[in-house]
Amino acid sequence: MNVGLWRAMTLVVRRELCLSFRRPDQLLQPLVFFLIVTTLFPLGLSLQLSALRDMAPGVLWVAALLSSLLSLDSLFKSDADDGTLEQLALSGQGLTVIVIAKTLAHWLVTGVALVLVSPLVGTALDIPGSAFGVMMGSLALGTLTLSWLGAIGAALTVGLRRGNVLLSLIVLPLAMPLLIFGAGATDRAISGVSAVGALYFLAALCVFTCTLAPFAATVALRITLE
Amino acid sequence: MWTWFYKLASPPYVYGAAAALVPWFLGAAALALGVGLIDGLAFAPPDYQQGDAFRMIYVHVPSAILSLTVYTLMAVASAVALIWRIKVGHAVAAAAAPIGASFTVLALVTGSLWGRPMWGTYWAWDPRLTSELILLFLYVGVMSLRSAFEDPGRGDRAAALLATVGVVNVPIVHFSVVWWNSLHQGATIVKLGAPSMAGSMLWPLLSMWLGFMLFFAAVLCIRLQGEVLDRERQSAWVREAVKS
Repeated sequence: MNVGLWRAMTLVVRRELCLSFRRPDQLLQPLVFFLIVTTLFPLGLSLQLSALRDMAPGVLWVAALLSSLLSLDSLFKSDADDGTLEQLALSGQGLTVIVIAKTLAHWLVTGVALVLVSPLVGTALDIPGSAFGVMMGSLALGTLTLSWLGAIGAALTVGLRRGNVLLSLIVLPLAMPLLIFGAGATDRAISGVSAVGALYFLAALCVFTCTLAPFAATVALRITLE
Repeated sequence: MWTWFYKLASPPYVYGAAAALVPWFLGAAALALGVGLIDGLAFAPPDYQQGDAFRMIYVHVPSAILSLTVYTLMAVASAVALIWRIKVGHAVAAAAAPIGASFTVLALVTGSLWGRPMWGTYWAWDPRLTSELILLFLYVGVMSLRSAFEDPGRGDRAAALLATVGVVNVPIVHFSVVWWNSLHQGATIVKLGAPSMAGSMLWPLLSMWLGFMLFFAAVLCIRLQGEVLDRERQSAWVREAVKS
């Protein structure tokens, strides 16, 4: 059956979303992990609330990075294990379209959920409500960029039995600019300074990765699948 | 016109060329390093602010430059290997990675030894230091990805792709002192206008840099021979080369 590019993409996205919502526990696990990690910081540091506020952007962003990294492992893995990925690669559609669709679906399930939960964590970390807009915006851009970077890492490690640690080792160095500018934007918003510069930089990183990363991830998948 | 390029893709030719080049590179490296060390340690005047401690520059700066040069070379070799499917490219990348990582460690260690008397601390979370550390993590990632695959060909290609993607970090390290207000000093030698360094201090540094480059070339040739032999161990010419 011959379907257009757009139709193929929406079909794959819908399939991924459908699969995720059939297994809600997998959907919730990264979010719970996000909440637990942010809880660990105040417990381990036993800080005053004011000192906590200074650290809040960093804590929030590190927790967000770790929890989206946790879910990246499954991006291609289950489909590669049962052969679905080969079928998709042979479907006559470009593999790049499939990669884009799967990555977007992954972001919709993990990234957007993370953004929606972040006000709760923000309140717990004493981030003022006026900074929530910038915090959520930067997290949305950051998690999307991380999904693209992670797609490369996940595609490179998909054939490996113990690829999980290696995935973090590959993706985290590439994600460090995200942490710098993401936490920077949130920090500026908390202290009431304009965060536009950092947000623009995050948006630029996001555009840069989403134009190039799908192709790199496709090449990586072809290397590991063949 | 392209014959030299095709020759570079042939493992026996590369093996022979690397073997022939090693003594030349080693000799030239010894000369340049000797001149640089004697000139830099004995004849260059002490810095008016840093005293004799500035002489750390003669190891620190060349190894820091080399850490970036080697990464770039590794990425170019990887890209060549991926695009034109030239297997020697993978061998070059695999041979270069541990050397580059060693230069990165050397730059970090000498930098922190220098930082202790000058800045009062071994380590600062400064853009240049941090991005150099990230470079080390990239090297480690590329090396461990290569060895993670049971099929060496697949590991080669996966590592090559990662090295190519990671090249975005090279300009970040290089320009970190320009883009961010950094504790690390700014560009001193390579910049528009005259270098802000006296000639008597600069010449030994250039000699050391040349020596490091030549030393890297020599070690790369030695390691490349090993890589090529290992990769081609099933072929007839390797058996003959080993026998003779």
